[in-house]
Amino acid sequence: MNLLAIQRGMRDWLTGDETAATAFGPAGRAGLDVYQNNYRAQLVACLSEKYERVAAWLGDDAFEVAVARHIGTSPPHDWTLDHYGADFPLTLQSLYPNDPEVAELAWLDRTLADAFVGPDVEPVSTQSLGAIEWDHAMLHFTPTMNEFRVHTNSTAIWSALSAAGTPPPVEPLPQPATVLVWRKEFTSCFRTLDPLEAIAIAHMKEGGTFGSLCSMLVDLEGETAGVKIAGECLARWMQDGLVVRIGAATTR
Amino acid sequence: MPAGGPLAGTIPAGSTMHSTSPRFGLGLRPPHYADFLRDHISVDFVEVISENFMIDGGRPRDVLRRVRERHPVALHGVSMSIGSTDGLNRDYLLRLRALVDEIDPLFVSDHLCWTRIGGFNSHDLLPLPYTEEALDLVCTNIDIAQDVLGRTMLIENPSSYLTFAQSALTEWEFLDAMCQRTGCNLLLDVNNIYVSGTNHGFDPLAYVDGVPADRVRQIHLAGHSQGKKLLIDTHDQPVDAAVWSLYERALRRVGSVATMIERDDRIPALTELLDELAIARSIGTRLEQRAA
Repeated sequence: MNLLAIQRGMRDWLTGDETAATAFGPAGRAGLDVYQNNYRAQLVACLSEKYERVAAWLGDDAFEVAVARHIGTSPPHDWTLDHYGADFPLTLQSLYPNDPEVAELAWLDRTLADAFVGPDVEPVSTQSLGAIEWDHAMLHFTPTMNEFRVHTNSTAIWSALSAAGTPPPVEPLPQPATVLVWRKEFTSCFRTLDPLEAIAIAHMKEGGTFGSLCSMLVDLEGETAGVKIAGECLARWMQDGLVVRIGAATTR
Repeated sequence: MPAGGPLAGTIPAGSTMHSTSPRFGLGLRPPHYADFLRDHISVDFVEVISENFMIDGGRPRDVLRRVRERHPVALHGVSMSIGSTDGLNRDYLLRLRALVDEIDPLFVSDHLCWTRIGGFNSHDLLPLPYTEEALDLVCTNIDIAQDVLGRTMLIENPSSYLTFAQSALTEWEFLDAMCQRTGCNLLLDVNNIYVSGTNHGFDPLAYVDGVPADRVRQIHLAGHSQGKKLLIDTHDQPVDAAVWSLYERALRRVGSVATMIERDDRIPALTELLDELAIARSIGTRLEQRAA
């Protein structure tokens, strides 16, 4: 066997091809077993650490089954384990199609972990807001910001599990909601958005100006309430450290 | 397997003495971040797993910057995959280079192993056959890595659980040839020598006597565990008595190089690791005093 054949053979063995062991001879079996155990143990540890709340919710046995399924179907591709298991929520979705809170807990675990090692960008300070021409202002959010949709009270379950408390029973939400995840200084945070704030964030992310946001909210909620909601959104985004740059839209 | 005779002898005259290099260090692991940031910890350097800090930002990078203000830092990698037939990952190298530029590390090291092939990454240090083909490949990859990093690398001997009928060289002959051809230096893991020697039936003393002593810049010490059939490099135990004995033998051969204790599982209180490091310090000091 040349080097390429050895490396392909070991990859096949690690990823579950029992027949690959024969190329290494009977004397090699004990060593191959050690490497396979190390490989799997490393990935189990990675997923257990990253998806701690999912493990707590499912219980050890069910979590082990889910992890084994994921490792068997999604071998790691990247040089960093930080990226391993990014698609574990999809594995959980397929295993628990009638229990949406399981995958939602996983999305929250994952996005919080991603935010934890995301880029460092200083938020805009409130002192610098005086000179902004708000009609044309475009807000740029922190690169650690992420969103996903939930259909259940999974955030309440996550919080209870995180505090080692008794989680509430699963309940569907009256309406699907958007969960916002980001990092403030060195702490990953999340909160569930009010529907209008979710619309406002989507508008700003699509390149809208603060002026056009106000117009949109006025159309939706009326003059007084629309402007008030826009101001409250901006104040909250500043308070949460979400805004990292305020640019001006170019006009023709 | 016996790892050497009585703990006698001195660092030999004419051995390489890297007296300006920090001597005794520990791995910096998350359970001890607060200790290192709060207190003056009496180590000469710390070593971190490079990949844990090759990230965009957040608390880990901040901790590393602040620890670097207090201690020299060695960067020890596990994912360069210098033995990969796929060649090196340029994105990986550039991220490591950025970290090197920021931290100005004492050493940059990785392992004589492979972890990646065809888009698959094992995240485990997989063994190489010691053949001319593997030597050519490893040397080419080390040349590329050293060029991108702008530094001489240290390459560590791995623990291994598998040997190959194709191997034409011993591991220490392979390391010697690799150093000669690339100019790289060695991180000699004494526990790995003991583990691999036990698993494959070679004499650890012959290994220690066979490595190019003038290339060794750092020594690793760690604990191991007995597996079902093989000895496993678990890093979850104190250093074994036989490994301490082999360490003394290695020091006598390579001189006063930086020594570091690795603990990656069942990590105890920092004081326990400092006590263990004191054993290494006392062995090194005793040998130096005898040599003086």
